[in-house]
Amino acid sequence: MLLTITTTYQPASDISFLFHKHPSKIQEFETTGGKAHVFYPHVSDEQCTIALLLDIDPIGLVRKSSGPAGNEFALEQYVNDRPYVASSLMSAAIAKAFSSAMNGRSKDKPELVEMAMPFRVRLAVLPVRGGEALLRHLFEPLGYTVAVQKHLLNDNVPDWGESRYFTVTLEHTITLQQLLTHLYVLIPVCDNDKHYWIGNQEVEKLLEKGRSWLPAHPARELIAMRYLKHQRRLANEALEVLLKDDAAPEEEEPEAIRQKGRMHTARLEAARDALVQSGVRTVVDLGCGEGKLLRLLLAEKGFEKILGMDISYHALEIAKDKLKLDRLPPRQQERIRLIHGSLTYRDKRIEGFEGATLVEVIEHLDEPRLAALEKVVFQYARPAVVVVTTPNAEYNVKLPMQSKSGMRHADHRFEWTRKQFSKWGERLAAQYGYEVSFRSVGDEDPEVGALSQLAMFKNKTEANDGNNPSATPAD
Amino acid sequence: MQKAYNKTGQIQLPELSLVVLMGISGSGKSSFAARHFLPQEIVSSDACRAIVSNDENNQHASHDAFELAQFIVSKRLRNGLLTVIDATNTQEEARKDWVQLARQFHVLPIAIVLNLPEIVCAERNRLRADRNLKKHVLPQQSSQLKRSLRRLKLEGFRQIVELRSTEEVAAVQDIIRTPLYNNKSLVQGPFDIIGDVHGCYDELCELLTELGYQLDKANHRCTAAPVGDDGRQRQVVFLGDLVDRGPDTPSVLKLVMQMVKTGMAWCVPGNHDAKLLKWLKGKDVQLKHGLQQSVEQLLLEPVHFREEIKAFIDGLIGHYVFDGGRLVVAHAGLKAEMQGRGSGAVREFCLYGETTGETDEFGLPVRYNWAAEYKGSALVVYGHTPVPEPQWLNRTIDIDTGCVFGGKLTALRYPEKELVSVTARQVYCEPAKPLHHTTTSLTLQQQEDEVLDIADFTGKRIIETAFHHTVTIREENSIAALEVMSRFAINPKWLLYLPPTMSPSETSRLDDYLEHPAEAFGYFEGVGVEKVVCEEKHMGSRAIVVVGRDEEAVRRTFGISNEGSGVIYTRTGRPYFNDKETEQALLQRLNKALFHSGFYDLFKTDWVCLDCELMPWSAKAQSLIETQYASTGAAAMHALTASLETLQQTALWNGEAQPLINRYQERLQQTNGYIKAYQRYCWSVNRLEDYKLAPFHIMATEGKAWMDKDHEWHMNQIEAVCEADPEILLATPYKVVHISDAEAKQEAIDWWLERTGRGGEGMVVKPFNFVHTGKRGLIQPAIKVRGKEYLRIIYGPEYDSPENLARLKSRGLSAKRALALREFALGMEGLQRFVSGEPLRRVHECAFGVLALESEPVDPRL
Repeated sequence: MLLTITTTYQPASDISFLFHKHPSKIQEFETTGGKAHVFYPHVSDEQCTIALLLDIDPIGLVRKSSGPAGNEFALEQYVNDRPYVASSLMSAAIAKAFSSAMNGRSKDKPELVEMAMPFRVRLAVLPVRGGEALLRHLFEPLGYTVAVQKHLLNDNVPDWGESRYFTVTLEHTITLQQLLTHLYVLIPVCDNDKHYWIGNQEVEKLLEKGRSWLPAHPARELIAMRYLKHQRRLANEALEVLLKDDAAPEEEEPEAIRQKGRMHTARLEAARDALVQSGVRTVVDLGCGEGKLLRLLLAEKGFEKILGMDISYHALEIAKDKLKLDRLPPRQQERIRLIHGSLTYRDKRIEGFEGATLVEVIEHLDEPRLAALEKVVFQYARPAVVVVTTPNAEYNVKLPMQSKSGMRHADHRFEWTRKQFSKWGERLAAQYGYEVSFRSVGDEDPEVGALSQLAMFKNKTEANDGNNPSATPAD
Repeated sequence: MQKAYNKTGQIQLPELSLVVLMGISGSGKSSFAARHFLPQEIVSSDACRAIVSNDENNQHASHDAFELAQFIVSKRLRNGLLTVIDATNTQEEARKDWVQLARQFHVLPIAIVLNLPEIVCAERNRLRADRNLKKHVLPQQSSQLKRSLRRLKLEGFRQIVELRSTEEVAAVQDIIRTPLYNNKSLVQGPFDIIGDVHGCYDELCELLTELGYQLDKANHRCTAAPVGDDGRQRQVVFLGDLVDRGPDTPSVLKLVMQMVKTGMAWCVPGNHDAKLLKWLKGKDVQLKHGLQQSVEQLLLEPVHFREEIKAFIDGLIGHYVFDGGRLVVAHAGLKAEMQGRGSGAVREFCLYGETTGETDEFGLPVRYNWAAEYKGSALVVYGHTPVPEPQWLNRTIDIDTGCVFGGKLTALRYPEKELVSVTARQVYCEPAKPLHHTTTSLTLQQQEDEVLDIADFTGKRIIETAFHHTVTIREENSIAALEVMSRFAINPKWLLYLPPTMSPSETSRLDDYLEHPAEAFGYFEGVGVEKVVCEEKHMGSRAIVVVGRDEEAVRRTFGISNEGSGVIYTRTGRPYFNDKETEQALLQRLNKALFHSGFYDLFKTDWVCLDCELMPWSAKAQSLIETQYASTGAAAMHALTASLETLQQTALWNGEAQPLINRYQERLQQTNGYIKAYQRYCWSVNRLEDYKLAPFHIMATEGKAWMDKDHEWHMNQIEAVCEADPEILLATPYKVVHISDAEAKQEAIDWWLERTGRGGEGMVVKPFNFVHTGKRGLIQPAIKVRGKEYLRIIYGPEYDSPENLARLKSRGLSAKRALALREFALGMEGLQRFVSGEPLRRVHECAFGVLALESEPVDPRL
């Protein structure tokens, strides 16, 4: 909420001509979300400091709904750090308070505009997602000397650890215009929270403010992404324009993520292949998520009827979109359907299918609730073939990133070793009259096995019918 | 062919029937229908043709029109409404579909034939400008009709009325609708319903005597029936299978026939009775499955007695619907869609039930478990399949306890729902399947409740509640609830209750306050409450505790094994604790306190459900505190401190800065207040005793939900338990205030000021009675009044600056209050259903509903 800029340029008081602000006045003006005050804490020929104090109206911020679209039915909308931090609101205030300086104009002393001056900037407080390292990564390539003071969440309870807030001091000899544009762009990038703007004109602002320095910045992608609030489309657009003279930006996907993606595809393909081999003609993908497996299944002509079920309505909407269900030809449309459902409730709509898949689903249920899923699938729906995949916990030692719980995903309630998985599978098979076989999915390590594991269940009574299950799905 | 109508010009029809009018064009079917039936009861082919084609004579539209008519008729019959088909229906194919439809919905197909001379019809058609029939049409229809007349009975029409002239048509004065034989809605009991007797006369007499009937055993006569509490005579209902296998079928029949004849008893037939009837009628039947005993015994009886039996069994009605539709009795049970209906299929079901076509390991037919899928509202009492103990399942109960196989003869007392049994004196017949053949320790209902059916919870739902009429759940809210329930909630068998949201008091009229007790008192005064309780509001997290004496009690009550001796869950049904160990340890402490305080004995229970606050707040909300509350505090503290320093520096040479300094000093002070406020509710938990559990309602114990007790009672009972373990259990301080007592009100306000001044969250004001219904219905069960400092956590550190407070004071409570009432009503309903032993589906419906309502958008600061 507080930005001070100090210079030791001689005579320091000349700086007021750059800011177009009279040193003896305390000016107040309206800005997005509240008011801003501009004043001079210190003026002398040796040193001059100007302050921009942002006075955000916490209630107006919510009531006027000038803020970002958030969930107004969540309490965090009302009690939050926005009134107290340097965020996009600060950038907006900078642009308004110091518009001439930012645009490189000085009525009375135009010669100062192009002059690099020694500046010291202080921000209290700046939220930084990514910590001190990120802060340095953003400012140091531009030539700043960075000094930070970290703040605890609560000084009385040091156990809670550090907050994401810093009082930041930046020093550089630079033109004021450059300094302000850096701050304008990088403050919201540090914050990386709700921005009080977003839209196509932001691309232009970024282009305008970043033209001279962003293309060469090593963190340009991250800056564009965060500045444009993770709207990849906008971010790419901006980068393309900025870099049109250079080589196209490399899609820098970390190896870990790429491997994860490959792995997931391998799992889906394994599930599909298992179904294809079993000869089933009707399939239900239980926990279909955004429809990645459904897409593979749709491509197989042998599947006459495909049903995707998921507990997340949102995921189903994405699936519908990604599979372009509305635009499929009628014949194709008839083959596939999506339903909102749960695996802990019996559901007649999933009964009567020959094949079922549970790809990376069971680990999202609390273990005691698994009993319900077992009944829903193996007792009531009773498909001839069931394919289940789940992470192999043994492999976790080879994975770099793990969540607090020591599992691969924050929502995983358990991850099983191969032994635990096969014990579960064999118990199920015995209880419900299935045969079961297990296999690894992914490159196998001699010690810990592969990333994922797959169980294939075949209904014994159905198998006797010559792999030609007679049931047809209910519509 | 049945006689057209009686002399008085009346036609009698069963009240639930599909009336198929027949007659050639111009025979006056539509006028006849209009005269004798309600417009909405008539489905006319002409009208349907008009709907689908704009032209009621368009023969090309006949196919579509017929489909539409069928659709309408199906819907009406499903809903149990008499329906009349107004169409020529002279062709057998057309009629076949109607008969089929009638059978499908178990209603009786009736034909009313307007068989008027062709010449009359032709004349009528000539006078109608809109009807231009080709020459051949009438003669063709006529001959079809003539041919059809003889075939109607064969086609399945249960009653055929033929009117042969305009005079006969005109002479029909009334169509009388007669109730079906099985409809005894007006008979209310009380009843003593008795399962399969199978010739066990001694046991039958013993049971009847036990039930209070006076018998002349030697003469097979009942001389007096007991009188119920309401002064009405009790009546016996026999569920059939009176005969076969047992030692004295004739005596049983004599007694039952006497009781039925004298109006002391009702009787429905069983499959054995039906088989005996075949033998009595001289049909060729195999003397197996105990029939041989009946035959041997009956051959010793006089012929006229056998004739009487024949008439008696022949006259028995397959099932009865009693007591306004609340009770259904049938030998083998009855599905909801068959109740009160009449068809061959209904009668078959009553006698034999449904089988799957498979046989079990004992060679007996596997019975289709209709009761497992039963969702009707009537109780169904039946027999047919011997069970070791009668058990309720989805409002149905099989009370055939295999007396003849050496089990028991059982009666169900209705409406008391009590079971009375006498033990068989001996094994009269070896059962093919051992009577005590069970593989699980769960009850039938608990086994059935292992998995709930999604269809019972999704979509738009309307839930009947005892306290608040109906509560409607919108589809989008069900969707949200399904996701939360499936991903995060505990086993639904635990979830007998989710607590309602609570509204704050109206906004205070005092300048400095957003909330103040005066408004809470004002609310209750306004709705006519004379006495309220003010309970201190603890600042922790809402926790519902279900605890059993031991795991066995949990298994017996909830049908849950291996999940510990209880559970603590949040207001959205999630486990309160991430680690089971802490949860169980805390429950053990509570369990001991309940035991030592004598609670279990006093309440004659071995489990309890308590509504509580569990502290500290930080135990559940630590990550929220860190990411939101502490973060905001840290940011505000450091930003404001830096700003103030800078302003003070400015003030050294610029006097204009002083007003800003004053303002920022106040902001900093508010921030300090905010940090102090939230920090007060956070403390670290290193040992079990660092938790504090404050129960404030006793929701339910065995067989009883306690909302009929006032809050003072709840507080006192809970205090007694808390005294047994003050290290962990916290009794809630409270005050009882008479609304008319100004002094007491002021005392309560002072108390509130003092408590909140010391950092307390505030208090909750409740009507003295748990449930209070005012002139305009249910009133708020509780109103919270939160302290000035506490509200910083909710409305932000600086909420109480005059310019902020002025704006915050305009807040609307109506949505919140409506929600609180609906959730409260659902919560109470769920508990009541649970303690009455209703199926889990019915209990879960309420918990699911509360969760769904919670997804409705309401200002979270309220």
